[in-house]
Amino acid sequence: MSKPIEQYVDELRASRLWRSIFRSGNGPSNLHRALAIQQNIFLHLFSVKTRSKMLAFRLTWYLGALSFATFMVLVSTGILLMLYYHPSVPQAYQDMKDLQFTVSSGIFLRNLHRWSAHAMVFLVFAHMFKVFYRSAYRPPREFNWVIGVFLLLFTLLLSYTGYLLPWDQLSYWAVTVGSNIASAVPVVGAKMRFLMLGGHEVNANALLRFYVLHCVILPLVAVVFIGIHFWRIRKDGGLYAGEEDAHDGAK
Amino acid sequence: MSDEKQNPSTTETADVLGRRQFFIRLGAGSMAIVAVGSGLFGYDFLTPRVLYEASPLVNVGKPDQYPVKSVTFDPANRIYIVREDTGFYSLSAVCTHLGCVTAWKPELDIIACPCHGSKFKKDGVKIEGPAPRPLPWLRMWMNDEGDMMVDRSSETEHRQFVQV
Repeated sequence: MSKPIEQYVDELRASRLWRSIFRSGNGPSNLHRALAIQQNIFLHLFSVKTRSKMLAFRLTWYLGALSFATFMVLVSTGILLMLYYHPSVPQAYQDMKDLQFTVSSGIFLRNLHRWSAHAMVFLVFAHMFKVFYRSAYRPPREFNWVIGVFLLLFTLLLSYTGYLLPWDQLSYWAVTVGSNIASAVPVVGAKMRFLMLGGHEVNANALLRFYVLHCVILPLVAVVFIGIHFWRIRKDGGLYAGEEDAHDGAK
Repeated sequence: MSDEKQNPSTTETADVLGRRQFFIRLGAGSMAIVAVGSGLFGYDFLTPRVLYEASPLVNVGKPDQYPVKSVTFDPANRIYIVREDTGFYSLSAVCTHLGCVTAWKPELDIIACPCHGSKFKKDGVKIEGPAPRPLPWLRMWMNDEGDMMVDRSSETEHRQFVQV
């Protein structure tokens, strides 16, 4: 009388609506599986096929994927935090306190954002160490290493700009010290600090500039670089298998 | 002669700007102008023309409110008003290391920075710590109403005491 659940799924996937969205079809053949990746806008960056040993934990410890996962957590929690946070001197600190004590789940979102930010910095560094000590940065992957260095820079800048937003004593003095470090750059240092802060002191302009950098400019730039980073994995021949694997044919 | 003019492939065209070359250079030149213009526009836009920051000129009041041989910290303006037997001077309270605000420690007779531990004498000279320069002396004078004024934006090299 009742059909097995798989049959409903199969019927759904054969329906006209489903096929209009996912055009690859759902057969069990390699071609269908390859098309499912290649014809999906999110997945087409990746290879349609990979050797199962490349998915082993010991090769990468999944550090790149984990970095990306924390980034996605940060984007989603960050957008929600933006709904209660005003980047202005009288309101910023109060909004941060409201998020902790009056907004439903506010403290959960703020802490998730904060801990994910710490985790992302740690994971990005760990990812780089892993890539470096596996020699996975070497040609033909040297360009992707450079993209990765930029992504490290954006991670640190996101971390730094986000640090000011609670507008408490810790963030205020951290950015005072940080912007003075920037002004130690020869010749252009003082001007750089002035443009960064939008004035001579850490004040309303600095808070707004850091907010826009943190919420708009740096995430957008990071997303573009992440896209290139993922795409280059496929273009450079997939993940690096390791020295012993590269010489398999020679033995 | 007329045949040669009609057939450019047989003539030397190295120093003649072809139509394609001309448009490539025109396009690249326009892009370069736009790039430079955007850079200048961006720099200009990011530089505020009006700053709603506190004035560097500060009125620190009448001299008689400061006892002789005293150091007074003005936290709002981030300066010290020091009165010695010889007169007044004003020190910036902003640490020359990384910009933290220092504190006067009367029990130790020193100025100390909470961030990275620099210590200064009350004339600004560094005792120890990472600060690269002494705390600067600020220009100080008496206005016509008999109030003492400090210009926080103007550091003075030679030590001058304001006499009362």
